[in-house]
Amino acid sequence: MILEGKVWIFGDNIDTDAIIAARYLSTTDPEELAAHLMEDIRPDFPKLVGRGDILVAGSNFGCGSSREHAPLAIKGAGIACVVARSFARIFYRNAINIGLPILECEEDLTGLASGEDHLRIDLERGAITHLQSGREYRASPFPPFMREIISRGGLVGYVQARLNKQ
Amino acid sequence: MSNGNGSTMVEKILASGAGVKKAVPGDLVNVQVDLALGNDITAPVAIKEFQRFGLDRVFDPEKIVLVPDHFTPNKDIAAAEQAMVLRRFAEKYGIRHYYEVGRMGIEHALLPEQGLVRPGTVIIGADSHTCTYGALGAFATGVGSTDLAAAMAIGEAWFKVPVTIRFEYDGTLPDWVSGKDLILATIGRIGVDGARYRAMEFAGPVIEKLSMDGRLTMCNMAIEAGGKCGYVQPDQITFAYLEGRVTEPYTAVYSDDDAVYEEVISFDVSMMEPQIAFPPSPDNVRSVSEAAGIKLDQVVIGSCTNGRIEDLRVAAKILKGQKVHPRVRLLVIPATQQIYSQALEEGLLSVFVEAEAAVSTPTCGPCLGGHMGILAGGEKALATTNRNFIGRMGHPESEVYLSSPAVAAASAVAGTIVHPEEVI
Repeated sequence: MILEGKVWIFGDNIDTDAIIAARYLSTTDPEELAAHLMEDIRPDFPKLVGRGDILVAGSNFGCGSSREHAPLAIKGAGIACVVARSFARIFYRNAINIGLPILECEEDLTGLASGEDHLRIDLERGAITHLQSGREYRASPFPPFMREIISRGGLVGYVQARLNKQ
Repeated sequence: MSNGNGSTMVEKILASGAGVKKAVPGDLVNVQVDLALGNDITAPVAIKEFQRFGLDRVFDPEKIVLVPDHFTPNKDIAAAEQAMVLRRFAEKYGIRHYYEVGRMGIEHALLPEQGLVRPGTVIIGADSHTCTYGALGAFATGVGSTDLAAAMAIGEAWFKVPVTIRFEYDGTLPDWVSGKDLILATIGRIGVDGARYRAMEFAGPVIEKLSMDGRLTMCNMAIEAGGKCGYVQPDQITFAYLEGRVTEPYTAVYSDDDAVYEEVISFDVSMMEPQIAFPPSPDNVRSVSEAAGIKLDQVVIGSCTNGRIEDLRVAAKILKGQKVHPRVRLLVIPATQQIYSQALEEGLLSVFVEAEAAVSTPTCGPCLGGHMGILAGGEKALATTNRNFIGRMGHPESEVYLSSPAVAAASAVAGTIVHPEEVI
């Protein structure tokens, strides 16, 4: 799958309370959650972000609570992919499990211009291209087991396939 | 990196859960889950996903635990609806380990207390602080709601076997320095991603003498260093705690002498002061003397980190005969109904009430900015909880400092952050 979109830049250690504050956890609806995405650290973000945009962050993205509402809010906002230097582990598995595309890229992309620069992402190849300069970055590939979960649209599809086999 | 051929406790538990002879770091394994936990925030999402499977049963109703603890007693209509999702699911699928308000507690204090946590077992919870149970020699880790949905359906979860960092604590704990201070100092040393994807083994002479409540506090905050789990190998303190609680059989598992650790990090605790994590990150840790004079609006003693009986005892010891500073609101929240009842019997609750603290029924409440003590803009709180991120306890311009119960109680009296010695 090839994705292309405008980037929004965030720093290191973006925690899940910042992604979606606990006061909004009384709903499980992705679009309702998306209306408050990153609200406490960037209040205008829900208005700025658009469908197909790409979120770029530093290291340890999604640290803190296990709330799946965090990747759900990101998905609900229409964000096509999250690229970070590293992810906190629960966020990482939650994103894989709900079918939110994420990529770990060792190179620091947080110097890009937020809300201006565009990236093209080839998810299968793990290739990230900065459209303005044509520069390419490499992301770490997923192990086959995770690729299978992703190809089934998330863990529910994967488990469903196993249940069907039984 | 040591060069042994042995395995750590976590590697052995994961190998056994996956039905393989040996598991080494980096292996992806599917393991049988001995216990799967959800709360009133994460379980509704899991239940929604579970319903997509169209199953008329869960894999094993005895191995599922549901605890409405975050927004309970229901803070508003939306929270009430979420709690009802759990209640109905528990009824429908015959889940006995559902704990209702008035009989419940904060999940990570409740499960060990109720004897549901056994050494050598695999526990997943749709709550990041599930890592608490490592204090009893289990492999326990936080997962998401979809993981919980899958586990409720098939009784399995996937894991990458983590490398392990061993933390050794040497010396003698000074007065007023507790498990909370040890873990804050550890997070301060390695950072909020210092143990990312890793297991944290807590060991050494100080841990061998540390109470179970102190060990639970330490393992609870492994996630604040990014850890997959934190654990203490079972010993006499573990077995004494399990006595009379755990009825199911279990096999304690230990790390081999030649287990391979990514790193061994040592601390000498003899000169350690009580520790404070400054906002807005649990790794922004300094000694209490560096925090002296910070004026407080609210103090919270409670949570899955520090709402156990030992925490309440030390707070009561300091608050006995004292009054909370006129500017400060002190909230004391025993973590479970049983702890509440014990605190009542021991006279601790009257100490708190006479000191003009507000004592609440068990709830996660203020820790995550849910209810029962939300901060206004510009307010500062000192809390025995586990996170101090921006907006964690309320307004995005409020601030949370983290400490032990001793420092929290003393600071509530002083009105500013102080060392307990200054109040006693």
